[in-house]
Amino acid sequence: MTTPSPKNTSLLRPARPVGFTGYGAYVPRYRLPAKEIARIWTGGKGGTPIKEKAVPGLDEDVVTMSIEAARNALARAGIHAHQLRAVWVGSESHPYAVKPTSTIVAEAIGAVPNVQAGDWEFACKAGTEAIVAAMGMVGSGMADYAMAIGMDTAQGKPGDALEYTAAAGGAAYIIGPAEDSVAVIQASYSYVTDTPDFWRREHQKYPEHGVRFTGEPAYFHHITSAGQTLMEAMGTTPKDYKWAVFHQPNTKFPQRVASQLGFSPEQIEPGLLVTTIGNTYSGSSIIGLTAILDIAQPGDRILLVSFGSGAGSDAFDLLVTEEITERQGKARSTQDYISRRVEIDYAEYVRMRGKITMK
Amino acid sequence: MTDVIIAGIGQTAVNEHWDVSLRELGLFALEAAVRDAGGLKPQALFVGNMLAPNLSRQAHLGALLADFAGLTGIEAVTVEAAGASGGAALRQGYLAVKSGLVDAALVVGVEKFTDVVGSEVEAALSTASDSDFEAMQGMTPTAQAALLMRRYTHEYNVPADGFAGFALTAHANGAGNKNAMFQKAIKPDTYTRASMVSDPVNMFDAAPLADGAAAVLLTRPDLLPPGFPHPLVRIAGSATASDTLALHDRKDMLFFEAAYLSTGKAVKQAGITLDQVDFFEYHDAFSIYAALSLESSGFSIRGHGWKLAADNRITRDGSLPCATMGGLKARGYPGGATGVYQAVEAATQLRGQAGANQLANIRYGMIQSLGGPASTAVTHILEKVS
Amino acid sequence: MEIARHWRLKQQRYGLVGEVCPHCDVKIFPPRDVCPECGGEAKTLYTFSGKGEVYSYTTIYEAPAGYDETAPYTVALVKLEEGPLVTAQLTDVDEESVQIGMPVEMVTRKLRQDGDERGMLVYGYKFRKST
Repeated sequence: MTTPSPKNTSLLRPARPVGFTGYGAYVPRYRLPAKEIARIWTGGKGGTPIKEKAVPGLDEDVVTMSIEAARNALARAGIHAHQLRAVWVGSESHPYAVKPTSTIVAEAIGAVPNVQAGDWEFACKAGTEAIVAAMGMVGSGMADYAMAIGMDTAQGKPGDALEYTAAAGGAAYIIGPAEDSVAVIQASYSYVTDTPDFWRREHQKYPEHGVRFTGEPAYFHHITSAGQTLMEAMGTTPKDYKWAVFHQPNTKFPQRVASQLGFSPEQIEPGLLVTTIGNTYSGSSIIGLTAILDIAQPGDRILLVSFGSGAGSDAFDLLVTEEITERQGKARSTQDYISRRVEIDYAEYVRMRGKITMK
Repeated sequence: MTDVIIAGIGQTAVNEHWDVSLRELGLFALEAAVRDAGGLKPQALFVGNMLAPNLSRQAHLGALLADFAGLTGIEAVTVEAAGASGGAALRQGYLAVKSGLVDAALVVGVEKFTDVVGSEVEAALSTASDSDFEAMQGMTPTAQAALLMRRYTHEYNVPADGFAGFALTAHANGAGNKNAMFQKAIKPDTYTRASMVSDPVNMFDAAPLADGAAAVLLTRPDLLPPGFPHPLVRIAGSATASDTLALHDRKDMLFFEAAYLSTGKAVKQAGITLDQVDFFEYHDAFSIYAALSLESSGFSIRGHGWKLAADNRITRDGSLPCATMGGLKARGYPGGATGVYQAVEAATQLRGQAGANQLANIRYGMIQSLGGPASTAVTHILEKVS
Repeated sequence: MEIARHWRLKQQRYGLVGEVCPHCDVKIFPPRDVCPECGGEAKTLYTFSGKGEVYSYTTIYEAPAGYDETAPYTVALVKLEEGPLVTAQLTDVDEESVQIGMPVEMVTRKLRQDGDERGMLVYGYKFRKST
């Protein structure tokens, strides 16, 4: 049995060129320092994977956070919500087990009723999964604009390594015609295998993970495979990109995978947000991209590679257009959200995240 | 048209009556009023109640009380206007007798708060506000009062203890009322040290919710039993008015339009001017409501209502005694029974039966019952018949 | 369960959709179909900007059933820039920083759940300090 070798034909590139017409981020304002978690669970000993993570307020969830990111994306796109033909929300923390997040978001932003709506789930890459689907929808000419959101209010088991990083936040993108884009999606490539590095069974509150198994066979293998294949197919090297952003479950992984692929620390620096907001799961790589777009200049080329456990990666080759300059300031910047910071302690955190038994 | 006389009065103490049911409370007041009237038989019963369907899972109080009072067969209905239910029931009783269609009408106000404890009580109270656009935001009546008090304090530069006079007066008067929930005067620093309920409303700016029932029996002078033992008190003026249900729908929320309108009509009907009113039983569910009632009714210019209390002009020896039996603050706030308590207390004063709290040389008493932030205001003028 | 009631009000709740009077251009929220100024019929939908300022505010410690899990919380009367006042919770605020006149902007947040944890989630407008 032979494994098919990736060729240009593996690229996902629509007939009609598409790009990001608008983008918007959201990060809740509360921050739980990792050392506060360490204080509770390790007596403050040992290193921490990040500095602090973003925690949603009592009245926030994937619906409310998606609505705000979507409104930001609409403001930057300068289109009316009625022009959207799809509102898709990728998350592993949809508030309902059954009932779409996306219909509530679509209603709230005024996109109903002539619209597709659906919820996506693929661990941390549900957001880019929705982006690729939106590329297909717009690229085929079925629609002019489609919205893809990756948003999470991730939870780690108390005391588990994931508790330090499981955070809240994400981003919304409007995929539209390339000529109406701040960044053209020159190509994308998806790499998927059945790799059980992380999962959450039905009715379980917290996910399980394979500890060190989540590294080489999962995160690193899929991201490097996707990134390398895309660059090979596009005939590019890391030097051709001004910026790169990778899924960021902690600070070290994206740094190491960048170096493995040949990217410099400077190339990933503006998009590396995990240190200050944590791993926002479905939002993780794509909120990193919003921070890059906030400072990008026309002509900048960007490589984006997501990773979702289970497992797979979506890689994108982006080229920033002239439109970026005017649209950056039309909504709150990602760094604005990050600096809107209120520190909480572990007690406030357990209350806000519903970890106190009330009945 | 005939005069309407308050022939009988009755009341229970206002308190947490854990061992007494809604119907027993109502029955106690009802029977006391009938006894006080020399056994007059009513043909109609108007029950003022605010929350029984929510708190006691009991609607249909007209039939219930008529049944338990052995009055089955008479006309009997509930009248609801939130906190003004008692005043509104009194007006229905008044209209029935005044029209000549009913010879004697019983008005019973009854409220039973303590059948439910905890946050369900706040939830029930908030049903009196705009459910879709106020209560849905987690609003409560106390918070509504706090929004008004904050804005009032902001616009009129009221000092932090500016409203203390309302609580001081109420508690001083409660001390002489054996039916009052609080029968002890308080000191000024008790007010200043009080904990916040909903800033700037502190514990002494908010009347305590409690159980109680009060009743009056109304009739025509010619139907009074021979040898009727009490000085006659008549209802000289009666009016009710409404305002927007939600505070946010008001053009000018620091003026209780409904209080203004109903006072104007009641005073005019009584054929008097406001300065002839000898005392005022206002609806001090919150001290800001007392201030706004004084202003909107015309006893003070706008922004100065609190000064009447601060300058000791509403005490029993002041120019306009208010809350003479403790008001809602010290007698207690028995919801939809309150307006009937006010009638019982004013009649007690006018009859000269107020004991330690008796006012001298009085002829006209005004009572005002408010629903929510005066979304309903019912005003009556009671007069001692000379 | 109060499904129909919440569903019926979703536009107002999620997006601050009110009305504008076609006769005198007065903006109306909450919608009431009759213009409070001229008395004419006013059913034209109008989406408010969500910008306004605090007219008055307080904090609720003893919350009604259904809201006790989020207490204490701050509620306010917000004067919208288009004119109407609206009653709403303030969110993402530190109580001590709130002032009359503070500029605020609308956000859509979770208001409550209908009944217990099995019930539908109710979302609606709240306001936060604008920047």
